Amino acid sequence: MAEVTYLEAIKQALDEEMTRDNNVFILGEDVGYYGGAFRVTEGFYEKYGQWRVLDTPLSESGFTGAAIGAALMGMRPVVEMQFADFISCAFDQIVSVAAKNNYRWGGKTPMVIRAPFGGFVHGGAFHSACPETWFFNVPGLKMVAPSDPYDAKGLLKAAIRDDDPVIYFEHKFLYRRIKGEVPEGDYLVPLGKAKVVREGKDISVITYSAMVHTALEAAQALEGEGISLEIVDLRTLLPLDKEGIYASVRKTNRVIILYETPRTGGVGAEVAALISEEMFGHLDGPILRVSAPDTPVPYSPPFEEFYLPKAEDVIKAARKLAAY
Amino acid sequence: MDISKNDLLQLYYYLKLTRRIEDRVTALYRQGRILGGAWTSNGMEAISVGYAYALEKEDVIAPYFRDMGAFLVRGITPQRVMAQYLGKKTGITGGKEGNVHAGDIHLGVFGFPSHLADNYPVAVGAALSFKIRGERRVAAACTGEGGTSRGDFHEALNMASVWKVPVVFFCNNNQYAYSTPFRIQMAVKDVAERAKAYAIPSEIVDGNDVVAVYSAAKNAYDRARKGEGPTFIECKTMRMHGHSEHDAAKYVPRELLEEWKKKDPIMNMERYLLSNKTATEEELKGIDERVTKEVDEAEAFAEKSPLPEGRDALEGVYATPV
Repeated sequence: MAEVTYLEAIKQALDEEMTRDNNVFILGEDVGYYGGAFRVTEGFYEKYGQWRVLDTPLSESGFTGAAIGAALMGMRPVVEMQFADFISCAFDQIVSVAAKNNYRWGGKTPMVIRAPFGGFVHGGAFHSACPETWFFNVPGLKMVAPSDPYDAKGLLKAAIRDDDPVIYFEHKFLYRRIKGEVPEGDYLVPLGKAKVVREGKDISVITYSAMVHTALEAAQALEGEGISLEIVDLRTLLPLDKEGIYASVRKTNRVIILYETPRTGGVGAEVAALISEEMFGHLDGPILRVSAPDTPVPYSPPFEEFYLPKAEDVIKAARKLAAY
Repeated sequence: MDISKNDLLQLYYYLKLTRRIEDRVTALYRQGRILGGAWTSNGMEAISVGYAYALEKEDVIAPYFRDMGAFLVRGITPQRVMAQYLGKKTGITGGKEGNVHAGDIHLGVFGFPSHLADNYPVAVGAALSFKIRGERRVAAACTGEGGTSRGDFHEALNMASVWKVPVVFFCNNNQYAYSTPFRIQMAVKDVAERAKAYAIPSEIVDGNDVVAVYSAAKNAYDRARKGEGPTFIECKTMRMHGHSEHDAAKYVPRELLEEWKKKDPIMNMERYLLSNKTATEEELKGIDERVTKEVDEAEAFAEKSPLPEGRDALEGVYATPV
């Protein structure tokens, strides 16, 4: 198995799917001739031609709508939002049209929206956001957010082959910072399945995307204190793998939910509600959330450092919880 | 344009069928038997009948809510339409949606989202897929003049023109967006002027003349099939009822309605067919009787159709449940 970056894994998935199926095509801003703002589609224009890696005008709503129309006609479009932040411009097409087509009138809409998201890149309020929570309340959508190259490739291939609209959140901070083993050739990571990335016995940290790495850092630091963290990577945010969550809670009886979005109404709120409804008898202490505060993402380094959840925050929460 | 007698009589049939179905819907709504809303295309039937009839079977439409005629032309049966209005299991969407909020992918009819002009970019995407795959199909999209002030309208026209895809945009300019008259919706004199900004050829037609709409549509589809790109067609008409049946539309001057009453699209077509001797009074009467029978049967079918089970509301959220 070859070691590749998170970005290379995404690229491999797109390339393999486009070779496998002529109906797969990419559209978005600067994805063609330029190769994408993050160079994910570099070389695709030469390989697949302008109509399969289509440069669009600055029309997020328009080209998301166009992807919906193509999907209805049997294509498998992959939309690239240059930054996940700009997905707000396409909100209506995603929630009113794509998400409801199948339910309202049987209009099967197989499409993927790739959304590069997250902080740690000094991008300020409009190049750092994690907008997944906006879509968390929209039946008909699926959402995934891989944390490592293996899942990045396998989940993207599965998302492209899925018959529903899938928002694929890829973390900008991870693009070139992490490497991992990715098998040669075809494999899929199924949607809707969480993964235990670190076994532990005392506290479950339920998290996803870049925060998985923050949790791993905390887990290592806590080893010396005799606090053992189990880390559950949700991988699919919508629909949530409830059983995967419950299995870990049964084992540890203590829960921290870690996420990079503002605190209020985040994925953590729903996971906490599910656990308190279904697993109350298994809990030895309160469910704690470690998240960003309720502010836009600030720019200046001390601000951003303060804003983003850190291993230290997880460690503090774990110590508090271990006392129960 | 040469149009066969059969086609002319079919156009007349669909005009009558659309009017009769929507009149029936209005009556049922007033009796409280249709819940929610009832939006009709009364006086505007020629637009959706004309643009849909000019299409080929493998083409697709992205309609809006005054396009009942297009639904019927594409083959959505009066039975399914009436059952849809009554929320029945046999309706177009099986009760998931009401009234004109419906679509049928097998008949090339995209579902209508209430957010006007949302379907414009969707139609561009369908046309884009025809271009990528080298198919000689076209997509037709329609919205009211109200929807042409939304961003999606402008994004769609721009993309369609830059990509030169086979899509034809129709605008039902019925002069009112709910209560808002044209003059305070936009500063241009004609909606068609908006197409110029995107280098899209446009045409203004009499929206109450089904033959004019059909002919303009046919020419535009031919252009699109030849790879010459999109066309914008503004159909001038007048909304003869309120925005929906609950709305008495007191904001519309009576004289305006009186004036447009004389230009009714069905009357126009009857005059046309009789004056050039394409059809006899008897033939038209025969069509009228057929339409009445079909709508009666459709209503009876809808009445006796079952309602869906409440718990089945959970079905169909995903095409592939996880």
